[in-house]
Amino acid sequence: MSLKTAFLETLSGFKSLLTGMRITAREAAKPSITVQYPHETLKMPDRFRGHVKLVLDPETGKSRCTSCNLCVRACPSDCIEVEGIKREGEKKKSVTEYVLDFTTCSLCGSCVEACPSDAIEYSKDYNVVSLHREDFSRMDLVKKLEAEAKVWAEKNPEAAAKAKAASEAATAAAASAALAKATPAPSTSATPAAAAPSVTTSGVLPRGPEPKTT
Amino acid sequence: MHLLSLEPIRILLYLFGICAFVGANAAYLVLAERKGAGRIQRRPGPNEAGFGGILQPIADGIKLLAKQVMVPPGTDGLLFRAAPLLVMAPPLMCLAVIPFSDSLVARNLNVGLLFVFSFGSINVMALMLGGWASRNKFAIISAARVVSQSVAYEIPMLLVVITLLMVTGTMDLNEIIGQQAGGIWHWNLFKVWVNPLMPVTFIIFFICMLAETNRAPFDMAEAESELVAGAFTEYGGMGFGVFFMAEYANIVVGCSLATVLFLGGWQSPIGVLSGGLWGAGWFLLKMYGLIFTVIWIRWTFPRTQFYSLLNLSWKILIPVSLFTLLLTGAMMKLPLVFNQLF
Amino acid sequence: MIAQKDLIRVDNGDPTKETFVLNLGPQHPAAHGVLRVLLTMDGEWIQRAEPIIGYIHRMHEKMGENRTWAKFLPNTSRIDYLSAMHYTHAFVGAVERAAKIEVPERAEYARVITSELNRISSHMVWWGALLLDLGGFTPILYAFDDREKILDLLEGLCGARLTYCYYRFGGLYNDVDDAFLKGTRDFVTHMRPRLKMYRELVTDNIILRKRLMGIGPISGEMCRKYGATGPVIRGAGVAYDVRRAEPYSVYPKLSFKIPVHPEADSMARYLVRMDEMEESLHIIEQALDQIPAGPFIGKVPRVLKLPVGDTCYAVEAARGRFMVRIVSDGKEIPYRIKLRTPSFSNLSLYEEASKGMILPDALAMMGSLDLVIPDIDR
Repeated sequence: MSLKTAFLETLSGFKSLLTGMRITAREAAKPSITVQYPHETLKMPDRFRGHVKLVLDPETGKSRCTSCNLCVRACPSDCIEVEGIKREGEKKKSVTEYVLDFTTCSLCGSCVEACPSDAIEYSKDYNVVSLHREDFSRMDLVKKLEAEAKVWAEKNPEAAAKAKAASEAATAAAASAALAKATPAPSTSATPAAAAPSVTTSGVLPRGPEPKTT
Repeated sequence: MHLLSLEPIRILLYLFGICAFVGANAAYLVLAERKGAGRIQRRPGPNEAGFGGILQPIADGIKLLAKQVMVPPGTDGLLFRAAPLLVMAPPLMCLAVIPFSDSLVARNLNVGLLFVFSFGSINVMALMLGGWASRNKFAIISAARVVSQSVAYEIPMLLVVITLLMVTGTMDLNEIIGQQAGGIWHWNLFKVWVNPLMPVTFIIFFICMLAETNRAPFDMAEAESELVAGAFTEYGGMGFGVFFMAEYANIVVGCSLATVLFLGGWQSPIGVLSGGLWGAGWFLLKMYGLIFTVIWIRWTFPRTQFYSLLNLSWKILIPVSLFTLLLTGAMMKLPLVFNQLF
Repeated sequence: MIAQKDLIRVDNGDPTKETFVLNLGPQHPAAHGVLRVLLTMDGEWIQRAEPIIGYIHRMHEKMGENRTWAKFLPNTSRIDYLSAMHYTHAFVGAVERAAKIEVPERAEYARVITSELNRISSHMVWWGALLLDLGGFTPILYAFDDREKILDLLEGLCGARLTYCYYRFGGLYNDVDDAFLKGTRDFVTHMRPRLKMYRELVTDNIILRKRLMGIGPISGEMCRKYGATGPVIRGAGVAYDVRRAEPYSVYPKLSFKIPVHPEADSMARYLVRMDEMEESLHIIEQALDQIPAGPFIGKVPRVLKLPVGDTCYAVEAARGRFMVRIVSDGKEIPYRIKLRTPSFSNLSLYEEASKGMILPDALAMMGSLDLVIPDIDR
């Protein structure tokens, strides 16, 4: 190329270098965008997809899950196991065990989408840490829910008491109805032991399958 | 104070001083570079080790010292071990003649400039030795590239220095600084009545200094490690650490030379407050300003391609520096011509 | 790092024609992925570059034969994780086309907006990674800063940042809310000056121009031979874009240019992608103006069974033409899902294009092809 074009190209090239330096200088004057984790954290948006968790129903203080297994069938990676029993006084089953294999979960949301009772949702946990593999490969969501229910009961004692009373009343009503059906003579009302919202130990009433201990 | 006026004692003290200066600079310039890079990239840089990362170089040094220094079998043992030392020695020697203030100079030779450049050339030979002694095909290819790059960029650098020598008339560094006394308009950078292209001369010197020290955007030797291993591949632990320190020491020498030759050395820009520690302060300020510019350039631009690098030197820098040389000669002879004619 | 044992010398009897074999191994410091290239080199010049793939083959197509239609959706995001929305769009579109499911307008516009946002974020990763290859360490961080904004928008919309799984058969997983629409508008306003800054900092930079101009010529003829699409063929002067050639979704209602550069070198491909980012912003603006109110998902039978036959659906992904072909035999589970990925075709021309090139230039050319290796291996 001619001398003139070479000269002009050199000059414009040099000018482009100076422009680049000016831009980095301008960027250097702006504040740092790093969020210094763990000293600072960010708030997760509402729809953030952490691992799934059982929803605590504020009216009953328990999960809404009816162990219908739709989520198990919807999952592409077969990572959910659900067990439930049908308790007295309840129209549908309640969940006793909900195990998520988080090591194969792909956070696709099919389970949340498939659930007919709005029983599971995404949690906002993004920094799940454990020293044991089982905490991930067999993530026990019922246990997490019970821990959450305890915290909730401490924070909202009236609501917790209301929920407990409602469930006790339902169980008591169901127990007396079943007792009336089972024995012809009217007997005393349900024993105090029946107040506990679990399988009663009274020998007269039919018992469901023993819940598995994890 | 008689002991201190003894020449050997004085030289010994300066030796320790220079080694300490180079060592501290090598360690903390790494931190400055990482923090500077972080600033440009809008992130903090190292800030966990010590307050604001100030202990990071110490942590790095301990890490490098704790590593096993391996000498691969089949290498030339003497050359392999000598190469880092030969790379570290020239900057230390060059700093012996650079005046930090009007009284702080280890040995003021009247051929100080020649001294600096002759020792600067040893650096290239030492890198070649390191690459050859590694017995690694890619180390020697990298080393060969570094040699051709350094040779190509020495020529415009020396042409520029010759231009400056014509202006100053002396190789004594302290005298060169003395000629720039009086304020910023007396600095060699702005002496445009003798050489109208003096700022261009400075820029050429700066670019050549970047290329000689293998800094980005001319860092083929070290960053070619994406594709092949660089010249330092077989060096581990403190051997690599010494190469790294030598690179920063070279940058210090290059920037201090640029300060002395073009920016007035320890002279203050306002004409007063040039003596003693004030002079040292001005010198360090200017030198660190140039080093900051070197860091800034590194993190802004991508790497040049190898043949672009050589094209830049042979086809652009050498013609321009030859032109400035001729122009300076003509401008210096112009008053004589005028006198003859009128 | 290359082990000494990989440097096999092939002496063809003539010491001046000695070549050696260099393995650009599956582990890279450069941001390419697990691709192995077996180079036969004569000094610094490449005699033959043979790409060896398969290091991340995850059998997506086989997984498609073992899952119901809905269960394959997470897979689609993971084929090319950088432009996941496009790939989900192709699969969902194919099933909708086969089962004749109606998609409401709002869902279609939302799909276009999210797809174009994903295209911009994918191009920003490409840009940053290319410059990292070339030795400029700063622009990737600027690009990732802008990309964070896109990822935050999409996270607020559907909860995921990279593997979205947002589209469903008949529409979307959840509706686009006003926060997302407003955030996208703000992003478009923020991004335009940033693109200008990228141009001044990098595109006009003389060092980059010398690095990319004239390097790695790939002619339109070669692209046709190997089936390379996307910015590779548009950088060779051929104006082929799936959004115009096989229109889908609501693209016929939006007006946009197709950036084409005829020089056919790495710089042309680079400029095509930079211009594509501008055009994506333009498309997003139009879609934001035109998006109607309404339902976000159509009627889909509870148990989805497609009629017997096969259907294709092609989209313009960030890397080129991505096509899904589904073959159904009437059951709940597909008979065959074929994924035609763009990076596979783009890589296949590498062997012919890199003959006789010097090694750093060949690597710059590979960077300009924008390969994502999981896309090649599926």
